[in-house]
Amino acid sequence: MEDKSIPFLEATPEQVLYAKILEWGMYIGLVILFITFTIYAFGIMDPYIPLNKISRYWTMNVHDYLEHAKIQEGWAWVGMLKYGDFINFLGIAILAGVTILCYAAIVPTLLKSKDTVFAILAILEVIVLTVAASGMLGAGGH
Amino acid sequence: MGKNDKFLMIILLCLMSLILVVSPALADASAESVADGPAWWFWPLVLLIVTFIMGILAVLGGVGGGVLFVPIISGFFPFHLDFVRGTGLLVALSGALAAGPGLLKMNLASLRLAIPVALIASTCAIAGAMIGLALPTNIVQISLGATILGICALMLTAKKSEIPDVPKADRLSSALRICGVYQEASTGEIIDWKIHRTPLGLVMFVFIGVMAGMFGLGAGWANVPVLNLLMGAPLKISVATSKFLLSITDTSAAWIYLNKGCVIPMMVVPSLVGIMLGSFVGVRLLKIAKPAFIRWMVIGILAFAGIKALHKGIFG
Repeated sequence: MEDKSIPFLEATPEQVLYAKILEWGMYIGLVILFITFTIYAFGIMDPYIPLNKISRYWTMNVHDYLEHAKIQEGWAWVGMLKYGDFINFLGIAILAGVTILCYAAIVPTLLKSKDTVFAILAILEVIVLTVAASGMLGAGGH
Repeated sequence: MGKNDKFLMIILLCLMSLILVVSPALADASAESVADGPAWWFWPLVLLIVTFIMGILAVLGGVGGGVLFVPIISGFFPFHLDFVRGTGLLVALSGALAAGPGLLKMNLASLRLAIPVALIASTCAIAGAMIGLALPTNIVQISLGATILGICALMLTAKKSEIPDVPKADRLSSALRICGVYQEASTGEIIDWKIHRTPLGLVMFVFIGVMAGMFGLGAGWANVPVLNLLMGAPLKISVATSKFLLSITDTSAAWIYLNKGCVIPMMVVPSLVGIMLGSFVGVRLLKIAKPAFIRWMVIGILAFAGIKALHKGIFG
């Protein structure tokens, strides 16, 4: 405990671990996004919304867009991964999800160094981000 | 990020932009375009070019990509504000994810400083996103315009303190052991830092989180003054921690927008590619550009976009 209170020039072990996972997640997410966008843009997989019709939808508010395009909210995109446009959500979800993994990974390191308060804060952050990602939280439409 | 990683990233981004530019030409030439507007690829291509310029200006002007993206794209492009905010959050998130690992490894971004702050900001960003999606578009547009004009005022008036004077760390930051050491590269000086006014700083992040989620702006413009001027973290630590903090705050809000359907890949990918490529070019231009002039230009563009947002919100 004593040596933890002395600040060092080097990053702490949990900070380095967090950085490594974040870096890998970022690269994996970007590479997948690149590949899936190539598949989408070149028409290798048929999109759910044809490319020449997409401009009709992005002017609508999200409520009308979902209604007109008959798309479900939340994680329904997972069931639509056979379409060229929806496979792009894989990369986006990785980019949006890697932080949850980073936080979960540093909890054991924090507990090992008896940094209980920060371990609890990290667990709370995992809960907050997981709840946000789960789609449990609804929001009113326009 | 090593030299090879940077090279790989540049190649990857160049390829992505090439695909976007080339794919329309390879697409079925007989595909019908929308009768009452340009071909489908027109706006994504313009988006790619504009976000590329935005990426350069963001680096040179010392602002985040998200804060430029939302007002400019919602003001001058045909996309609905819902999708612009969703895309804006992903743009800010990607920038933060790209910068975060390096800043953490260099110990410029402080995980100890970020964890308590991020918990508050990310929770409030969820509330902000939900409020933003529940309110009528014109109200959000008016609020966005007012916020952007407020950011301009902040950019014009806020001072920065390289190493603020913190006579004594407050009780909360002492209990949480939020402090650190870094070496100033230009002078080699070892700087031992601590923070004060932590409870007030944490309260400020309630508002920052709500605004980040509500408008999809990212929040570097607010993070830095609070961390630096209010809480007393050195400027370099504040800027780096703020950038890293965005990867957490924007993650929570981005999930709300993603789950509500506010993400259209044909908007997201060109924007990400454009702004990241622009950032790479911007970093290289930093050596020859005149940052003061660019900063004034960015403030001018933001002010114009803010007025446009107000106008759009009031008059439709």
